[in-house]
This record gives sequence, structure tokens and C-alpha cells, in this order.
Amino acid sequence: MIHLLPLAVKSAWNRRYTLALTVIAIALSVTLLLGIERLRQDAREGFAQAVSGTDLIVGARSSPLQLLLYSVFRIGEATHNLGWDSVEALAAHPAVAWTIPVSLGDSHRGFPVLGTTGAYFEHFRYGDKQPLVLAQGRPFAGLFQAVLGAEVARQLGYKPGDRLTLAHGLGTEGLTEHGDKPFTVVGILAPTGTPVDRTLHISLESLEAIHLDWQGGAPLPGLAIPAELVQKFDLTPKSVTAVLVGLKSRTGVFAMQRFVSSYRDEALMGVLPGVALSQLWDMLAVAERVLLAVSALVVAVSFAGLVAVILAGLGERRRELAILRSVGARPGDILALLAFEGAAVTLVAALAGTALWVALAAVLGPWVQTHYGLALSVALPGLAELKLLGAVVALGTAASLLPGWRAYRLSLADGLTPRV
Amino acid sequence: MSLAPPDPVLVLESLAYRWPGEAGVCLAIDQFQVAAGEQVFFQGESGSGKSTLLNLVAGVLVPQQGRVTALGQTLSSLSAAARDRFRVDHMGIIFQQFNLIPYLSVLDNVLLPTRFSLRRQERAGEGGQDLRQAAAALLTHLDLDETLWGRQATRLSVGQQQRVAAARALIGRPEILIADEPTSALDAARQAAFLDLLRRECAAAGSALLFVSHDQRLAAGFDRQVHMDEINSLPPPQAGEHPEGHIGRGEGKVRKGAGAVDSTPSLSPSPSPRGGGGPI
Repeated sequence: MIHLLPLAVKSAWNRRYTLALTVIAIALSVTLLLGIERLRQDAREGFAQAVSGTDLIVGARSSPLQLLLYSVFRIGEATHNLGWDSVEALAAHPAVAWTIPVSLGDSHRGFPVLGTTGAYFEHFRYGDKQPLVLAQGRPFAGLFQAVLGAEVARQLGYKPGDRLTLAHGLGTEGLTEHGDKPFTVVGILAPTGTPVDRTLHISLESLEAIHLDWQGGAPLPGLAIPAELVQKFDLTPKSVTAVLVGLKSRTGVFAMQRFVSSYRDEALMGVLPGVALSQLWDMLAVAERVLLAVSALVVAVSFAGLVAVILAGLGERRRELAILRSVGARPGDILALLAFEGAAVTLVAALAGTALWVALAAVLGPWVQTHYGLALSVALPGLAELKLLGAVVALGTAASLLPGWRAYRLSLADGLTPRV
Repeated sequence: MSLAPPDPVLVLESLAYRWPGEAGVCLAIDQFQVAAGEQVFFQGESGSGKSTLLNLVAGVLVPQQGRVTALGQTLSSLSAAARDRFRVDHMGIIFQQFNLIPYLSVLDNVLLPTRFSLRRQERAGEGGQDLRQAAAALLTHLDLDETLWGRQATRLSVGQQQRVAAARALIGRPEILIADEPTSALDAARQAAFLDLLRRECAAAGSALLFVSHDQRLAAGFDRQVHMDEINSLPPPQAGEHPEGHIGRGEGKVRKGAGAVDSTPSLSPSPSPRGGGGPI
């Protein structure tokens, strides 16, 4: 068979323009396949990495998924809060190591504002139990100070020392500004690839302060408390949206969950983040499967193209194959010749497609991150992708066996002289 | 050498061949022999069975009755793969036209059989010359200028291409050379010149030449002239019974072409469209 190799190469070179088109078609579908696969993985990873190290998320009794969505992903709004007494009771519980109360509801130019305590910077973990790191500045230490997520700072061009005002409510349109009480940027967090990047963090006291002269979601008419005077008021929050709880020992998590759900003073619930995350991902699994199906279809279509191109080329190659037969090539050689070509075409296409994907991810990655908030990891294919590429090459070789088989039959049927 | 050709190189005995799917036998030969180095001219009209005969000799077709013995080896007792190997080891074949692989150079085309057959490679390299020298010698003998050797085969004129095909058939000195209407694409003057070269080189290589043509004018100079009617003992076929016999090959092949895989092989060299008879 090895004597066929130079022949196969020269024959392919002779048909290089047709084959180049096939290579391009398959390369593009490989790029698409890798792209979809990487997006899928990155989405899943980004999703699973949004919170870690938190044993329980406690909120007013509602839907566990909703609690997760707004407390971790800042999606949607809480319908009920939990009282500060409950927060204090939780913090005082002997099994609890730390608590991070969080309060949501305000926003700044579309980015959510999170009221919390210093414990947030100390205890919050994401990804593989990574702590938050300040890229610039320091955590908030007083009123009207804000620590920005990396994405907020990057998109809006803020740096420490800049001033900004918050808006009441979420969204970007028709919101009432807390214009009388501007905030100063004191710190900017390093990127995490989680919703933290898109969040502005302020202290719970600051949040309380900007709502002193508000009631029912609107400023009280005739009442305006200047920023300088708010310190004279008790700024202890009356309620928060949720509390992230870390336990001294993870084994106590179910006991703690029971404690929360049977808490007497208020209807509360505790959600295990891992469980809720996988429930949520299951809901998205349909979309994930659709993505996979789409990429499978793309690959199938391009292989149909490969088969079609080789089959179409067979007509004009019958003479060539018959001559090879007359000078001693066996029908099996003919089959090998075509299968080898198919394998080579797919391999080259797979490599080209991978290179294209890496280049695209490098060039378009920042743009995608900016516009869609998806962090595309620019990396050479990992094990999963290599498996995928291996499957693509194997499938391509298998697909070219079909025209190879046809050529085998034809070369038998034609004998030494094809009717072409 | 153990494979030295016995005398004769080719023996046909009690041969009968019927195309699969056809009712009647199209070729029947009681006894026919070709001696080593003999140059035989087969003359026959279209459909006289001469292409079928060459297919049988080359081992592409296997007769239903009788046997083809080449160099003492009964071809029908060999497997298809073994017949393929035997063919390249011992036979050179020249078609009517379109003999060459378009993307290979002249020299690479000539060397093709030595890539597939160790025996041809060894015989081409006898006398201490390398394969390239052997090919060069043949090409020179066949009046192909050295400037043409590196060219793509398709850049040559038809006459030049046929001489390259002859060089390829002759490399490694096969015992049997089969030429199926190789001059029909050439004009009269070149036909004679090509034939002279071919016969001379066959004699030099010691190859028996089986030359098939419908054109009786080319027969001069051959050791033996055989008319297909003389060796084909088949009575003239009835109309509609075996089209191969007298309707003309084209229509005959149309029906066979539609048959199963092993029903269509043919050594007949016409590459021209034959009424859409191809199995594609």
C-alpha cells in the first residue's frame, strides 16, 4: 500500500482546487463545532463557578431557583426580604462560621448594585474556591463608597476616585436616580468570569442611607436628607434580600437547612447552591442539547459534502483508476487510495478548522466578552476537543469509504477499460 | 531464472465465454497457442470477440469453460488478486488511447508497473542499470526526446503518448504484450512508424505481442496473422441472441453494463461514449 502514497499525493495535488473547497467546507464546520462546544463548556463552567464555598443561601420562603437566580446571578428580583433579626440569629448560630448578607434592588447604568458587608470580600468564593481579589484600591470602609466588578469598571471606564450615582430599581430606562447621594469608587475587583464582574458593591449602610428619604420605591415629597446628615440616623438595615452562609463543618448543612426552614419568627428557606445550580442547569440542558445537535448536523452536512465531492470526482477518475489497475493496482489499492484521500482531507481540514477557531477566539474573544458577557477561553484544544477532532477524522475516513467502495466496485466492473 | 517463459507463452484450450446475463456464448476457441516472442496480429470486425479474447488472456475475465494458460499458469485457477499480480508481473497492456495518468510525468508513467511489481522492477534493473536508466533507454528507443520526459503526460501529442504507453508496457520486459487498437488514434504515417517501433522493441524485450486491430493494412510484418473468424468456432449468432456477435459492440455492452459488477468487465479500448452504456 505504501507505494500508493506518492500517487495519492500527486493525484490529490492534481485536483487541488476541488479538494481545497472540500477542506474549507469541513474546516469551517470543524471551527463551528469547536466554537459551539467551547461556548457550551464555557457557559457551563461560568455557570458552575458563579459561587463556591457557600454552604447555604438563605432567603424568604419562595422558589429555590429564584433565590439562586437573584442572589447569585442578579437575575430577577426578590419578592420578599428577610428581616435583619433573622440575619443576626443566623450569624449567632453555633454551626455558622460566617454570613454574607446581600441586598439587591438598585442599579447603575444597567449593572446591579449589591449591598453587603465586609464579610463579602473576606468569605465569598467563586470558581475553585478562589477569593475575590482587588485589582485596584481597597474595600469599602464607609458610607457612599463603591467597589466595582471588573466588567463594570472596564465598560464604563471607572477608576478609583471617580464618582457615580445609583438608580432605584433595575434596568436602564425610566429609573429615579439617587442623585443627591453620589458614591465614590474606592476599589475595583480583578476579573472573575462570574456575575461579580458585573456588580457594584456598596455597604448595607450606604444602601440604607440612600433610601432614608424614600418610601415605597419613591422619594418622599418634601423630605430630603442631605448626605452629610445621614450619619445621624440609625443605618442598620431593616431587611436584606438573602444571606450566604458558611458553616464550620459541611456535615451540618442539612441540620442547618432544617433550622432555617423551621425558623419560627419568619418563613425562611435555605438552598444548597450546588443542588440548585444543577437544577437550573438541567433546565438549560435542552438548550445545551440543541447546541450539540446543531453541531452534529453541521458535521454531518459537511461530510455529506465530502462524500458528494469524492463521488462526483469518481466519474472523471475512472480512467485514472483503470490505468492503475492495468499496471497492477488491485481493487483493494483503489479502495485504499480513496479512503486515504478522505482521511487526509479530513485531517487537514480538522487542523485548519482548529487553527481558525483558535485565531477567531483570540481575535473575537474580547468582543464577545464585551457584548455577550461570555468569557471565551483562548486555548489549544483540550482532551474533550481532541476527542471531538478524533471523531471528526474517523467519521471523515469512514465517510470516504463509501465512495471508496464505489470505486472498488467500478474498478472491478470496468476491468481495464472503463466506459467513460 | 525459474520463471523463464516456457514455450508457448499462451495456450487457449476448449475456451467458451458467455457474458453474464446473456443467453449464448460469444466466444469459443478450441485450441490456440502463442509462442514466446511471437508477434500475432488479430484481425476482426467490431463485435467479432477480439476484445473479449484480450480480456480473457489478461485474466480480467474468466471463461465458463476451458482454460487460459499463460507461462504454464492456468489463470482461472488463480484468485482475482493473484490474477492481478500475475498480469502486472508478466503482461504489458496498451490501450487505444488515454493510456497515461495525467498528473504524472512521462517518466513516472513509464515506471508505474515497477511500483506495483517487484518482478518487473528486478527485470528492468537487470544489467546493472537503475530503473530510471531502463525507462530512459526505452523512451530513447521509442524516439521520445529527453526534454519531454519530465513533462506532464497530457502535454504530449497523442502519438507521443502512445509511445510512452508502449514504453510503460515494455518496462521490465513482460513476456506478453497486449495492444488493443493502439494505433487507431494515429494518422496513417504515424501508425506505420509506431508499429515498427513497437515490434522492434517487443523483439528486443523478447515479449510476445498480441496486437488487435480491425485494420488489415497494419498486419504486414507480423509473424502470424489471425482472423477472429478462423479461431472463433462459434456459429454466427442468431439475431437478438448474442449482440456481441453481430449487432455491434456498443449496443451489446449497453445491456451488460446494466448488470451486476462482474458482468461488465471489458478490455475493449474504446473510451468514446457508447450510447450511455456505462454503469454509472
